Amino acid sequence: MTDTTTHAMALTPEDLPKAGSFFKPHRIFLMLLFATLVFCVAWFMRWDWLPRYLPRLGSGILVSLAMLFSTAGLGFLLAVPLGLVQVTGPWPLKWAANWFCTIIRGTPLLLQLWLLYYGLGSLFPQFPAIRQSFLWPYLRESWPYGVAALTISFAAYEGEVMRGAFAGVPAGELEAGRAYGMSRWTLFRRIWLPRALHRALPTLNGETVLQLKSTPLVATITVVDLYAVISKVRQETFLTYEPLMLLALIYMGLTGLLVFAFKYFENRIPTRGA
Amino acid sequence: MKNTLKILSVALAMGLAGAAAVAAQEVKVGFAAEPYPPFTSPDASGNWEGWEVEFQKAICAEAKLDCVITPVAWDGIIPALTTKKIDVIIGSMSITPERLKTIDFSDKYYNTPTAVIGPKDAKFEATPEGLAGKTIGVQVSTIHQDYANKYFVPAGATVKEYQTQDEANNDLAAGRLDAVQADSITLDAFLKSEQGAACCDKKGNVKDDPAILGAGVGVGIRKEDTELKGKINAAIKAIRENGTYEAFSKKYFDFDVYGG
Amino acid sequence: MAADPGSLVNWSLLALSPPGWGGALLRGFVNSLQIAVGGYSLGLVLGIGGAFGKLYGGPILRDLMECYTTIVRAVPELVLILLLYYAGTDAINQLLTLVGFGSIDINGLVAGIFVIGVVQGAYSTEVLRGAIKAVPAGQIEAARAYGMSPTKVITRVTLPAMLPYAIPGLSNLWLIATKDTALLAVVGFSELTLVTRQAAGTTKSYLLFFLAAGVLYLALTLVSNVFIKMIERHARRGFVEQS
Repeated sequence: MTDTTTHAMALTPEDLPKAGSFFKPHRIFLMLLFATLVFCVAWFMRWDWLPRYLPRLGSGILVSLAMLFSTAGLGFLLAVPLGLVQVTGPWPLKWAANWFCTIIRGTPLLLQLWLLYYGLGSLFPQFPAIRQSFLWPYLRESWPYGVAALTISFAAYEGEVMRGAFAGVPAGELEAGRAYGMSRWTLFRRIWLPRALHRALPTLNGETVLQLKSTPLVATITVVDLYAVISKVRQETFLTYEPLMLLALIYMGLTGLLVFAFKYFENRIPTRGA
Repeated sequence: MKNTLKILSVALAMGLAGAAAVAAQEVKVGFAAEPYPPFTSPDASGNWEGWEVEFQKAICAEAKLDCVITPVAWDGIIPALTTKKIDVIIGSMSITPERLKTIDFSDKYYNTPTAVIGPKDAKFEATPEGLAGKTIGVQVSTIHQDYANKYFVPAGATVKEYQTQDEANNDLAAGRLDAVQADSITLDAFLKSEQGAACCDKKGNVKDDPAILGAGVGVGIRKEDTELKGKINAAIKAIRENGTYEAFSKKYFDFDVYGG
Repeated sequence: MAADPGSLVNWSLLALSPPGWGGALLRGFVNSLQIAVGGYSLGLVLGIGGAFGKLYGGPILRDLMECYTTIVRAVPELVLILLLYYAGTDAINQLLTLVGFGSIDINGLVAGIFVIGVVQGAYSTEVLRGAIKAVPAGQIEAARAYGMSPTKVITRVTLPAMLPYAIPGLSNLWLIATKDTALLAVVGFSELTLVTRQAAGTTKSYLLFFLAAGVLYLALTLVSNVFIKMIERHARRGFVEQS
């Protein structure tokens, strides 16, 4: 995905309100209106289920965040070689990485998730040896499949981003490194990777925020994340509005926190001009 | 710009009003959009077949209603009813006091016990002691989920919830679960299938608890649709009496599912 | 080999006419396409309105548009789909009852298009806003200096000029729209992913059907990419090639 699309789809630090210019008169009026709306919602709608579910909501949030950070981290680790090999590599690897990214980006994440969980799951009874293996306790659970699908998806999208980043590092810097006698690995470690990372960082931040929006899908394969807990609330109380509104609110809060965190870290990384 | 807006809004309003007029006569019959043999299962041409589909056709013919089959997601089926996406639920929904708080039910149209199945090489009973330490699969938003949470979880079992019964059966066959609790008839259908016969067998029926397991399966109706409820109850009674119920049930079962 | 290869590759299951499920898959695919096209178009319309509201509207309109895009960009699509499908359609019905029209039957297709359209609308708003801002201000000033009415400026200058900048973003949004239709499976709408799961569940050939559905989605993506390249080449004609 291009930079503009990432910015269009996810909240980025540029979207955070600037402190000074925020409190204009019309905005104060709108905020009062919003506050009355919130008050009406809190007063007139049914929230008696909330205290009962609070601990489960908490653990659901933790599971969602765990899914987010683990898959973003693992996916990024996978994306670096994927991107690199498309710039340098021998053409079979380049071709393979390209097709991998195309296929993963060309099919819906939900389909990939179900393919892994149900498709692989249907294979297991045919190989009794798997049940005896040490992997079985993990293959039995549902979260490894969620982590795998989200990681692969993140890696494919980030592979594209990293490809552009690696290709965009000025050739002169790489040549200078070689002229200094750096080995390929030292060159990569000291020049290519850091420079590419620096270019890609804003997009990566946006994509991580986007990844948060993909995590609810794991609830469809029985991982009990925040979405699954709210689904349970919906099924037990039969309420239409309140659980979903709370769910949206919590995700907005989580996204806001993430974006704030990224803005803080982005400000700490020194940049020189363009 | 202003004129175009006016024209567009008038057109939209007329279109909606037209849609309202057309939609007034239909009765949308909702059930879970998943295979649930032998009650409802999709075939390759997009039609739904099964005992419950025949039952629905019979009572709609009897009550002279224009019924339209509308599969919906099971975990949103009651909100779909209350927000008028569907008008009745004919999807093996048990009549329970909890559900009666939100919607109304017709008289029951079948009643079958609840069973537990498990892998062939595992020997255990369908009791809290037998299921201690095991992972049980149930479908969300069902009496089985409530029963398992009330009786088996305190005894030390873990309950895994699935969106569809089909997924739970598959995970049992794949070895991800130790047991599945559901309606005995649908589990029998699974055990008769190739996948089920190879992996699992029935461990027994669970002890009954009418407050949770309900008093049978009824047609879900909105609380305010009393006239519709009357029509459906009359139709159920009629097809029981004139033998239609028996006729199509014989195709699927060799016993009377109406139950006690 | 303990596995029976026949169970993995029973091609007759994909046959186009029953008892093969190929026809059902294709019907689901057509449904997905319909929703994608409808939702994308609705999203474009909402996006144009939103972009103009954000750029040229008054402060309150700008803030409301900002709320709209922020909410859609901060909340997962799955949650938005649930919200709009259950709560949104219910709210529409209640509003209509209030106004006196009586509740209407919003069929699945319309609801799906509405849902995807609202989500795409927020994304398009951002893409179009960025693209319009990239149009050289001098061109718009010149158009105004000529005495063109706002509508003329928009149709003759702004929209055509911003297209080359908007096309990469808009084409990505089309690809995203085609994949977001899969999420409607969670609300029980018979698009390709749900039909695939039903078919796989009925026949127990999971890998076969999910791979077949993947091939269909991939084909859609690849064909779309061909058209997108053509459109982009046409729109960027006369531009200096950017590296």
